[in-house]
Amino acid sequence: MANKHDITLTVNGKDYSLTVEPRRTLADALRDDCGLTGTHLGCEHGVCGACTVLVDDKPVRSCLMFAVQAEGRAVRTVEGLAKGDVLHPLQKAFWENHGLQCGFCTPGFLMLAAGALEADPDLSEEEIRDILSSNLCRCTGYQNIIKSVCLAANEMRACPPSADR
Amino acid sequence: MSAIGRSLKRLEDRPLLTGEGRFAADNRADGQVHMRIVRSPIAFGRILAIETEDAKSLPGVIAVWTAADIADLPPIDFRMTRIAGLEPYRQHVLARDYVRYVGDPVVAVFAEDPYTAEDAAELVFCDIEEETPCLDATADPVGFMPERDPALLSEPAVITKSYGDMEAAFAGAAAVIEMELKVGRHTGVPLEARGALAVHDPETGVLTMYGAAKVPHYNRDSIARMLGLKPEQVRLSEGHVGGGFGIRGELYPEDVLVCAAAHRLGVPVKWVEDRREHLMAANHSRDQVHRLKAAVDANGFVRGLVDTFYTDQGGYVRTHGGTVSDLAAALLPGPYLIPAYHVEGHIRLTNKTPSGTYRAPGRYETTFVRERLMDAIAARLGLDPMEVRRVNLIPEDRMPFDRGIEALGTHVLYDSGKYHDLLDRTLARIGYPDLKADFARRRATGEAVGLGIAFFVEKSGLGPHDLVTMSVQSDDTIEIITGAASVGQGIETVMAQICSDVLGVPIERIRVIHGQTDRISIGFGAFASRVTVMTGSAVKMASEALKEKAIALAAPLLQADIGALTLEMGRVVSRDSGATIGLAEIAAQSGEDLDAEGLFRADHMNYPYGIHVAQVRVDEALCGIHVERYLVAYDVGRAINPMLIEGQIVGAAAQGIGGALLEEFVYSEEGQPLATSFADYLMPTCHEMPPVEVLLREDAPSPQNPLGVKGAGEGGITAVGAAIAAAVDDALGRPGLITSLPIAPSRLHTLLRR
Repeated sequence: MANKHDITLTVNGKDYSLTVEPRRTLADALRDDCGLTGTHLGCEHGVCGACTVLVDDKPVRSCLMFAVQAEGRAVRTVEGLAKGDVLHPLQKAFWENHGLQCGFCTPGFLMLAAGALEADPDLSEEEIRDILSSNLCRCTGYQNIIKSVCLAANEMRACPPSADR
Repeated sequence: MSAIGRSLKRLEDRPLLTGEGRFAADNRADGQVHMRIVRSPIAFGRILAIETEDAKSLPGVIAVWTAADIADLPPIDFRMTRIAGLEPYRQHVLARDYVRYVGDPVVAVFAEDPYTAEDAAELVFCDIEEETPCLDATADPVGFMPERDPALLSEPAVITKSYGDMEAAFAGAAAVIEMELKVGRHTGVPLEARGALAVHDPETGVLTMYGAAKVPHYNRDSIARMLGLKPEQVRLSEGHVGGGFGIRGELYPEDVLVCAAAHRLGVPVKWVEDRREHLMAANHSRDQVHRLKAAVDANGFVRGLVDTFYTDQGGYVRTHGGTVSDLAAALLPGPYLIPAYHVEGHIRLTNKTPSGTYRAPGRYETTFVRERLMDAIAARLGLDPMEVRRVNLIPEDRMPFDRGIEALGTHVLYDSGKYHDLLDRTLARIGYPDLKADFARRRATGEAVGLGIAFFVEKSGLGPHDLVTMSVQSDDTIEIITGAASVGQGIETVMAQICSDVLGVPIERIRVIHGQTDRISIGFGAFASRVTVMTGSAVKMASEALKEKAIALAAPLLQADIGALTLEMGRVVSRDSGATIGLAEIAAQSGEDLDAEGLFRADHMNYPYGIHVAQVRVDEALCGIHVERYLVAYDVGRAINPMLIEGQIVGAAAQGIGGALLEEFVYSEEGQPLATSFADYLMPTCHEMPPVEVLLREDAPSPQNPLGVKGAGEGGITAVGAAIAAAVDDALGRPGLITSLPIAPSRLHTLLRR
């Protein structure tokens, strides 16, 4: 696997110049080459969703995408969710409603929900549940995750987070 | 306002929400190399040759080890429940002579980058002479490694416990009930797979393993012993941990290998497993078959119970030794009187992944067994299942109740409990009579709805002791150091709440350091719902000692008598003059360290208890089971943070539902694991989860610790299998139909067409 490609990844608005093998996953590039370890790998076969990031604002399993495929596209990870010290409404809602325990799956859920609510701020609880069923959590039993996302959805409708991406 | 009993939000959450968490795979060191394990592709066989030349010649490969390269490393020893005769069944860190399950580590490859390590691992060829695997733990014992040790059979031990007059129990019984019940093979499956980074510092001679979990001090001592180092030359450091559930943090072959490699190769060594490896290499659990025989009287009272069970321990006996079988044998009687009891627990080895503990070990299994028996008694005698339980429950005036047997080497003494009271409250909460009427209406329209109830007794607070040190820092924060570990359950917050309750300092000013073997001399880690009970009690003791010391040091500073001083909101106050002084100021002005220690000892475990209620609807055409409603009633003695306890209970219930309906490690006839990805090992998503109601009670505080607490980590899972099985029977109107878990659609299909 000697042939390597020079690429530029744009992550949370910042450019990273990388040299990667074509087979290198976006998840590994984010974690190991960009040093953004907030994106977690739970299964590496696209089932658990812990590695979910937004690519051009759409939730994507970063373990199932190659880094070279993300060139020229806007990648957003959990590190870019808060604005400085001000947490995103989803992050606040997860904190206040005990929507996490070990916290390993949390970045994936946050990015999945962020992408979904940006695309459609008026999702019903049933629709939210349906979307969240694509990610796995082993600690919380999901109850508080769904509650957190629904409460954040209300908050975001009332007071949308700034859209400077 | 007391800090105990409040649902404060967690101290540990902010870094986890912003991506600043440091999990095992997030650790890195300059010059690190990556380990990849080559695992046995077959279930049972004799190793004839291992060819590693091609792998070694791949550019970027640093070393390739087989068992011959580390022949001096002993097998991994037991941490718990050491039983005579188990020693020959321990696992070496790389397979010697034989492989005993698909996934058995055979070769370790070390390379500059993880992709290269995987490439190299694929170039290793293992020549293994296949033998017929044993996959049935109830079959007659066979040879463990026939060629190497012909006399060694696959039954390392049988655990026997008994009390009471069995002959009298069966003489003149109104009915004798015999059953065979089985709980499938499933396990914790934390979302973070295992991983570790080992770094050897040649200057200090200290070997550090990052990514420790659960029992860092114990693992430090074991690793040191195995590598021939002194304990102080080995340091284990825990960062964030992505879920434990009993399985993570036990000393596994890979942990020892990264440490040995860092020590011997002189470079930092990192290992992160993939999910496929995790599902076939990390401890499995459950997998028990019980054959029981009960003598009951006309009221459904169990006069005597005889049980023979088989625990499928998999390929080797790992760190837990006989723990699961011992707990199953000791805690099977649960909340019931059962005046005569005899149990024989066979520990059997098969050619599957080795087994250990998983949340509520031995109790998930035996609660299923015991509560299925209660339902069978009701069906046989035509009694209400709730009434059968009521006549068998241990009455409140018999507490503390001496079971007359031991579990994990300590006497089983139920410390406190109001079992009948909780049953009444639970039935009132679910509106039992109305629910029955509602079911009758729905059934009349053809719906298959049913209710199942299951009672359980948990155990928690395993000793022998726990140490906490505490000190006031110059910035007026309080640092608590504990040898407990965090697996994501919120111990920083809970410990801070207990400290805050004594000192009046807000929890945000309390820092809890855990899982660092270089910061405290002893530690017992986090398992068996012990942290709040053991460490929490030690924190309370240390906080009180700190308070006393603060007042003593403040007295001359405030020119007051000790008796006139109180501690309020983190400041010592003189009742006479009204003068106050903060904790950090006391330390600064007195010139002495303001610190304290708490050592809590416990001779006995304590026994929280609860009831699960499941309401299900069965789709007979699709063999689907829809859980409509789920309730967990649980008495934890005293709740430090109710929100966190409810979180533990709901999360555990989800795992229990997984074990009852979905999760199972299935093997082919050749011993090939058929569940090695999340596409075939099915865990509940939020679609499968019903709303879980929690009836949290504090009716029977434990008299065995200063907080009155009982553990809360496991009770949410314990009775799920039992409650759902009963609900499915009820929904289908076929008592006794469900005798094994999980009730997967295919299994239900077979049962319905029988």
